Amino acid sequence: MAVNAKNVTDDEFFFGHKACAGCGGSLVVRQALKVLGPNAVSALPAGCMSAVGFNFPQLCFANNSVITPFAATAAVLTGIEAGLRAQGKKPDDCTVVGFAGDGGTADIGLQALSGAIDRNDDVLYICYDNEAYMNTGIQKSSLTPFGAKTTTTPAGSNVHGCLTEKKNLFEIVAAHGIPYAATASVGYIQDFMRKVEKAKSIKGTKFIHIIAPCPTGWGCAVDDTIDIAKEIVDCGLWFLAEYEGGSFKLNRDPKQFQTDSTQWGSVEHYLRRQGRFKSLTEDEVQAVVEGRDATWERLRALAGC
Amino acid sequence: MASRRFLSGDEACAEGVRLARPHVVSAYPITPQTVVVERLSEMVERGDLNAEYVHVESEHSALCCAMGASCTGARTFTATSSQGLLYMAEVLSYAAGGRFPIVMMNANRATALPWNIYGDQRDSLALLDHGWIQAYVLDNQEALDMMLMAYAIAEDPRISTPFMVNLDGFAITHTYETVEIPSQEQADEFLPPYETANRFDFENPVNMGYSAGPEYNRYYKYCAHKAMKAAESVIEETEERFAQVFGRKYPGMVEAYRCDDADYVLVTLGSIAGLARSVVDARRAEGQKVGLLRIRYMRPFPYARVAAALEGAKAFGVLEKDISFGAEGTVFTNVNSALQRAGFVMPSLNFVGGLGGDDISEADIDGMFEALASRAAGEKTCEQVVFLGVDAPWMAGKEA
Repeated sequence: MAVNAKNVTDDEFFFGHKACAGCGGSLVVRQALKVLGPNAVSALPAGCMSAVGFNFPQLCFANNSVITPFAATAAVLTGIEAGLRAQGKKPDDCTVVGFAGDGGTADIGLQALSGAIDRNDDVLYICYDNEAYMNTGIQKSSLTPFGAKTTTTPAGSNVHGCLTEKKNLFEIVAAHGIPYAATASVGYIQDFMRKVEKAKSIKGTKFIHIIAPCPTGWGCAVDDTIDIAKEIVDCGLWFLAEYEGGSFKLNRDPKQFQTDSTQWGSVEHYLRRQGRFKSLTEDEVQAVVEGRDATWERLRALAGC
Repeated sequence: MASRRFLSGDEACAEGVRLARPHVVSAYPITPQTVVVERLSEMVERGDLNAEYVHVESEHSALCCAMGASCTGARTFTATSSQGLLYMAEVLSYAAGGRFPIVMMNANRATALPWNIYGDQRDSLALLDHGWIQAYVLDNQEALDMMLMAYAIAEDPRISTPFMVNLDGFAITHTYETVEIPSQEQADEFLPPYETANRFDFENPVNMGYSAGPEYNRYYKYCAHKAMKAAESVIEETEERFAQVFGRKYPGMVEAYRCDDADYVLVTLGSIAGLARSVVDARRAEGQKVGLLRIRYMRPFPYARVAAALEGAKAFGVLEKDISFGAEGTVFTNVNSALQRAGFVMPSLNFVGGLGGDDISEADIDGMFEALASRAAGEKTCEQVVFLGVDAPWMAGKEA
């Protein structure tokens, strides 16, 4: 039977950490390790989850786990997997899994990730995307969306936050011909757990890119994390998809997005509830909507919808 | 049965690595290291080496991959040179701090700019302070033997520290010599499988490589320092054991050649010691009391041995393929520190040469001994830090 919210283990593998209230990233690590089980070996580069989880003597992983250099999550995963296999010490149910943030993946860690996918190393790479360098104090990464205020893309009268679009990491990864890649959101945790379970069953390199809201950096309430992670999917600024066997699949393909800008599920409602998008003008919000529509046109074409 | 073959330094290194039976080899090609990884790849393909060879996409990943493998208790090897070593720099401190006994071969090569593929020692000497044991070999036999000794020393539970074996680019890596290759049985007798508690454990899972605040950090650094210092005695023990198994005795952390009654001693490291030795012999034949001190280990630094070799000399010079800009050669700094600790004061000169593969001739080394004699006589014929081929006193009046 597939793992779900009812039958998932009560065992905890990531606890006692110092994550901020409402942290989406810590949910990613917690739920993924529940699905992967006690023989998972995890590796985390510099970033929020290593900063909150690895403070000697307060060590928060109940499974084997290690910190990696910032740029090298995937290379360390490769080494762990090769080392276990070469010694005949890799348990059958062992998944070697990395948890890296958006900067650690799409910026400084992209080269090592590409190398691991090229070699088709038998590892699972999970990018928890909170859309900026949150651990160092909310600086822009290449997965920061257009219009977001960060401490390095301040929103002033001249420039209204981040000027670049979110890097298309999912398709970059898929373009390698990776055995399995998926996107997810902590707002749809059942979908995420299913994808982790699926990734666990596949040999070769697996990649999951999951949106993990950060109330501290996004400027929303700490009890908004799940709701806002649902809304980013429902308003179409994020998507739930899989790439497997050379094919793209959209797990959700709404016929229509919410058009009433005052209502939950509209782009404007999603943006306006967050402090980081406060400076966006009406025109800029409209540009975000148009960008969303272009993205979905491309996604639907990729998925053959 | 041991065999004898005509091998380059890179090939000798690869043979040594094969005999050490690493589980994981992760490396990225760079001249003049490439032959090492080519030979290892062939050994894996033929089944002569039962290891996972990982084709990493950078030097940074090469060392990170080795570190990941070491976390599982695997024996690991990587090799690099020059810019590749510099690109690994941040991982050097991770590997040392995590106490992962990775063995790395470094082909000593100039660092950019100007871009230059030839040998000097600026790459590894610039990275002395990252917690790796650093050895410098003289010839191809020592390159092979050092690979086996490196694992034995690095993996000793008292040490548990990564080990960098340095071979002069081209002068050693690409020069052929007859090398005795031990049998696998001999190698296995000398080097047991790697056993460590510093690894993942599926019965009792561990968190490794964590962060430690100021209240704990100093203890980690202190322990790393003590382990490195402890390597001094382990190096000697290991060389004893090596001699018993293979019949080749190495001279410890330094090799003092005709230093006992020497008035003038030249201190150096790596392949140039071979030429310096022949100059010493020639001058000794003329009745001049000169000696050579070859430093084999720059970390841990053999303070007492260096001071003992130089005690009683009228002057010493350090010849090195390195310059710390705005200061002096790094080897010179270390040797001076050894003398200061011992309370010895004597005139000294620092000869900076061989940069970017520049030739160092017998005449140059002759000139160094002459310059030391002048210095000891109170003459100031040159600056204390001399660039060979630029402002060496024996070049006075000659075109560069």
